[in-house]
Amino acid sequence: MSNPASTAVGDTAARRDWMGLLARARPDQLAVLMPETPAHAFLRPPEVGAVMVRGRVGATGAPFNLGEMTITRCTLRLECGAVGHAHVQGRDKAHATRAAIIDALMQTDAAADLRARVLDPLARAETDRRQARAEKAAATKVEFFTMVRGEDK
Amino acid sequence: MYVAVKGGERAIDNAHAWLAEERRGDPGVAELSVDQIREQLRLAVNRVMAEGSLYDPDLAALAIKQARGDLIEAVFLIRAYRTTLPRLGHSRPVDSAAMACIRRISATFKDAPGGQVLGPTFDYTHRLLDFKLLAEGAVPAAPASAATPGPVPHITGFLNRDGMIETDAPDETTPPDLTREPMELPASRQLRLQALTRGDEGFVLSMAYSTQRGYGRTHAFVGELRIGTVAVEMDIPELGFAVEIGEVELTECETVNQFKGSKSEPPQFTRGYGLVFGQSERKAIAMSLVDRALRWKELGEDFNGAPAQDEEFVLMHADNIQATGFLEHIKLPHYVDFQAELELVRRMRAEAMQMQEAAE
Repeated sequence: MSNPASTAVGDTAARRDWMGLLARARPDQLAVLMPETPAHAFLRPPEVGAVMVRGRVGATGAPFNLGEMTITRCTLRLECGAVGHAHVQGRDKAHATRAAIIDALMQTDAAADLRARVLDPLARAETDRRQARAEKAAATKVEFFTMVRGEDK
Repeated sequence: MYVAVKGGERAIDNAHAWLAEERRGDPGVAELSVDQIREQLRLAVNRVMAEGSLYDPDLAALAIKQARGDLIEAVFLIRAYRTTLPRLGHSRPVDSAAMACIRRISATFKDAPGGQVLGPTFDYTHRLLDFKLLAEGAVPAAPASAATPGPVPHITGFLNRDGMIETDAPDETTPPDLTREPMELPASRQLRLQALTRGDEGFVLSMAYSTQRGYGRTHAFVGELRIGTVAVEMDIPELGFAVEIGEVELTECETVNQFKGSKSEPPQFTRGYGLVFGQSERKAIAMSLVDRALRWKELGEDFNGAPAQDEEFVLMHADNIQATGFLEHIKLPHYVDFQAELELVRRMRAEAMQMQEAAE
């Protein structure tokens, strides 16, 4: 995203990526990376609610309702006119507000700076977390051997 | 019948004040923080999220603190809280094949492609009390091995290559939701799974155990048990596309059961399915056994009168909040009710004694 021209709103895949990253981010970490909150007007003030999470019967079949999770959503407009949305996990309104501000800024010329300063560190932290868990899991990988039992001889 | 009573406000206030004091315990002992509960009593937090049917580790930890560790009371608090939340939508069905697994085992294939990964398990511990935990101390870091995080295929998928196991065809019907409409019987498999995943772990465990002991025998193997995180995606109408709104940790169990075939199906293996919030493998295994036992009608099996085959028995008694609500209300004032009973028994006694005297 070094080229601001490629940050067009139509770039859905990139936007999905950063929105997901912001939704999963730890609120305190996001606040450290982005302490400032530029002036904004809420089009939809931060709202805490529940989303019904669905699974599939037998992992591949018909959907069923597994249970709800908490999320916070908001929509806002920056002074430059850019509109940002956020749907983030949990009940932290400051998290949702920051995520929406970043979503809006990522559609402006500030995108490259913001990516380097906020999104890349967030993504690195997440990758490191996942990598550490995968490595610990890998250390518990086993080989079971089937033994010949006495009565089978 | 419950007839409202008045009064007792001062006693109730004082009782609650004392409850708060008892909750705190000895002030000389450091107070437990919600963060500590979330991090160090994580399996209790998982259970409260699963049975409370709301994935939010901070809230579940708070509920455990408030409930003084009474997990059913904590589930009650979570259920009450969730009714105050607006429903902002539903997710796309989570893709458990794309799970970032920390545990994945199979009791049916020792050479499961992708390998068997034990993860942070109690299995193979000796169940001896560890007195070292009495002392505070740093825990050495767990060993790590080179790994590339990525999805691991479902083990039952390998059985399916030869058509040896039934498949669940993709389907996009809107599932029934027992939090929105009262449960109607007979229930679809989707509705049964929703009731089981939020059902009481002890109840579901006992039902599953009863099938293993012969009450509705289904002889299950654990085809695969996996624990890990999955992304949760939701369609956002105002954006016109789906975004990830977070990730949840889940436990999934697929059991494989023998099936001798029916008029329409050749002999093959059938499945039971369990999917539960958090790291809750006892519950997930139990859920898949009970799911399979409840499928007797659909698979053309005999009804043996076993409780675990009886949909009404299982589904109407699995919810510990409904159960405890009805059970515990009998301790509340029933004075008018009981006066009527007292009057009735007195009259019957008098009649019985009169008849006895007349006979003598």
